[in-house]
Amino acid sequence: MELLLDSLFNGVAIGSVLLVAALGLAIVFGLMGVINLAHGELMMLGAYTTYVTQLIFKLPILKPFYNSYIIVSIFLAFIVSGVVGILLEKTIIRKLYGSPLETLLATWGVSLILQQFVRSVPLAYGTGLVISLLIGLFLPTTFPSKIKESINFKYFKFSSWLFAALTGVLTGNVISSSVSKLSRASARNVDVTAPSWMRGQVEIIGTAFPKTRLMIIVITLISVIAITLFLNQSAWGMRIRAVTQNRQMSDCLGISTEKVDIITFGIGSGLAGVAGVAVSLLGSVGPNVGGNYIVGCFMVVVLGGVGNLLGTVLASFGIGIMTDLIGAGRLLSIWPDMPLALSNIINFFATTSMARVMIFALIVIFLQFKPTGLFPQKGRMVEN
Amino acid sequence: MRISRRILAGLATASLAVTATSCGGGGTSGSFDDTVTVGILHSLSGTMAISESTLVDTEKMAIEEINAAGGVTVGGKSYKIEYIVEDGASDWPTFAEKSKKLIDQDGVPVVFGGWTSASRKAMLPVYESKDAFLYYPIQYEAQECSNNIFYTGATPNQQSEPATDFMYKRSPAAGGDFFLVGSDYVFPRTSNTITKAQVKQLGGKVVGEDYLPLGNTEVAPIISKIKKALPEGGIIINTLNGDQNVAFFKQIQDAGITPSSGYYVMNYSIAEEEISTIGPEFLEGHYGAWNYMMSIDTPASKKFAASFKKRWGADRVVADPQESAYNMVYLWKQAVEDAGTFDDNAVREALVGQTFDAPQGPVEVMPNHHLSQTVRIGEINAEGGFTILEETGVVLPQAWNQKHPSSKGFACDWTDPSKGEKYKL
Repeated sequence: MELLLDSLFNGVAIGSVLLVAALGLAIVFGLMGVINLAHGELMMLGAYTTYVTQLIFKLPILKPFYNSYIIVSIFLAFIVSGVVGILLEKTIIRKLYGSPLETLLATWGVSLILQQFVRSVPLAYGTGLVISLLIGLFLPTTFPSKIKESINFKYFKFSSWLFAALTGVLTGNVISSSVSKLSRASARNVDVTAPSWMRGQVEIIGTAFPKTRLMIIVITLISVIAITLFLNQSAWGMRIRAVTQNRQMSDCLGISTEKVDIITFGIGSGLAGVAGVAVSLLGSVGPNVGGNYIVGCFMVVVLGGVGNLLGTVLASFGIGIMTDLIGAGRLLSIWPDMPLALSNIINFFATTSMARVMIFALIVIFLQFKPTGLFPQKGRMVEN
Repeated sequence: MRISRRILAGLATASLAVTATSCGGGGTSGSFDDTVTVGILHSLSGTMAISESTLVDTEKMAIEEINAAGGVTVGGKSYKIEYIVEDGASDWPTFAEKSKKLIDQDGVPVVFGGWTSASRKAMLPVYESKDAFLYYPIQYEAQECSNNIFYTGATPNQQSEPATDFMYKRSPAAGGDFFLVGSDYVFPRTSNTITKAQVKQLGGKVVGEDYLPLGNTEVAPIISKIKKALPEGGIIINTLNGDQNVAFFKQIQDAGITPSSGYYVMNYSIAEEEISTIGPEFLEGHYGAWNYMMSIDTPASKKFAASFKKRWGADRVVADPQESAYNMVYLWKQAVEDAGTFDDNAVREALVGQTFDAPQGPVEVMPNHHLSQTVRIGEINAEGGFTILEETGVVLPQAWNQKHPSSKGFACDWTDPSKGEKYKL
């Protein structure tokens, strides 16, 4: 019983890391059909946001709230990656809808740019830049519609960007002078330390579970529930689904597809940021942190069936449980007296490297029989 | 128009004159008779840049020290050492390409370079075919002995063997079972083959081993295996690479695999630099084995650490790879002076038998192109350094490991033409 519980927990723990990382991609790639190779780097931005938040919460004024920095950073990471994602959509991806190969190359380029950005720009000024983007993109939308429709709107827009740039430079300088670790650029990996309440283990039904793993499972669950509710219950969710199913018809019926694209891409990117927070709890934070996950993300989305959230959820937990079953050689402890030949095979694959090989092989075989994944999408889009 | 042109021309001549004088001043300045240019080849970009750039800093410092002390004296003439730094870009074919460039185009007499075994394996054929010389400063898996490479890092019998011995006989987990964890590439696999043979000889038991693919940070399956194989604690030998250590130590601590519950990790790739990245709070109470540790309390060691901090900043640390890099520059200088020429073949002959008072203590170049070194076992402390627990005498290097099944009974000797790269003992 304990063995089974332990195995199930491990599988769910591995799976939830995959799921939280793939969730944003399930929306961007699954619903919009955009192959975003910079998804991993949006995760990386989330991880760096956690690091910056942690350091800022070490300042004397915020010190009393230090224990809650991780919660704050989840929201901040969503905003930071979301804003960068929106900028990406507005400047590059929008021009490339319908040409997947070009999108692939362009986003690959963006991923390289973002990696080099965190290596060579001090994080304090990086934070300042994100703040200016945030203000510049959102301040004009808060103006009353009278101004928005006026012919002089471009001047308002220009002056709000000017204001944004000033604020950005100012915050950059303030952070850089108050937190010395953020004032220098460094290619070195940094480290997020979980607050004390999140370290160590908790005991549930006689088995000890690491708290950080539980935290990641909780983050994942909340993200999945929130995004499901948003897509199925809210007005914008309905519009997103409508555009996914039939873009031209939705356009004809008065849905602003442009706005829907921005929102969808922003949410997908924001979720990548949340994944970055989760990932920062497990290992170190560096420019390459996202790249390690990108293949796994695409694998999960393809296996689950493009455009289907439930498929993504099942696929990631499936892969998680398989990884643990094969990689830790658990089948042997569940069935100790299996034939020698079989146990030899299982032992051969019971290493982390071989388990990966095995899982990819299984996925390839599975896709031979069901090329559209676990839950293939039905409807008009499939016919195109 | 005419005036302005004249002024411009005047300015141009003036500036030319300035450059000319400054050139004359910079080239063969002061007391030097001539200059010699050496090559430095490490990754300055890509994943290895973090580690390898510290070696470039150390090599530059050693060269500056030698120059300040009068340079290299060859045949009665004093030479100022200058260097060309090339970027290997963490890409192994680039290392080979840049080596060719340094040898053919720049005509350097020696190249200091490399970190990963993969980069060394890529460079080896270049140096052998051109009969040039590479100085390689990293502790590695050995099982190689080239006439054209000089290895100043530790071989397994100068690091992992004394460490395994310590863990099995004298650590708090003495007599316990072993679990081996490493990144999935040549060094951990070779090192663990040796460890397994040694543990068997000692009468101990290796109850499990696993390798994490490079770039992978999901340690959960390995943790379940460790808990299954070592339910009551035991010895873990860790050869993970770089950032994977961060993931490993964060996650094993959360899973309750700590010194206080009887699990002791011996690390072969974690030095002072890595401790500060991973965080001492995750590593305290675990062990490391190196030839040089910053906490060695001798004047030579303190001077080395102090000059490095003075040159590159007070927050910098020195570690074993840097010490090896420092030693090799000095050993090259001594060999060149003894040989009386920069010629490769003469320097190679003069090199064997050179001794140097290194920060770790005296080292000597052996006929197999490796160094005799002192081995130290340290416990990682809360300040991010090592508390040195044990120190061996001088240990001779084995290019061909005597515990590895494929090389048992073989040795290397380049001073005797009848023996060479690999001969039977």
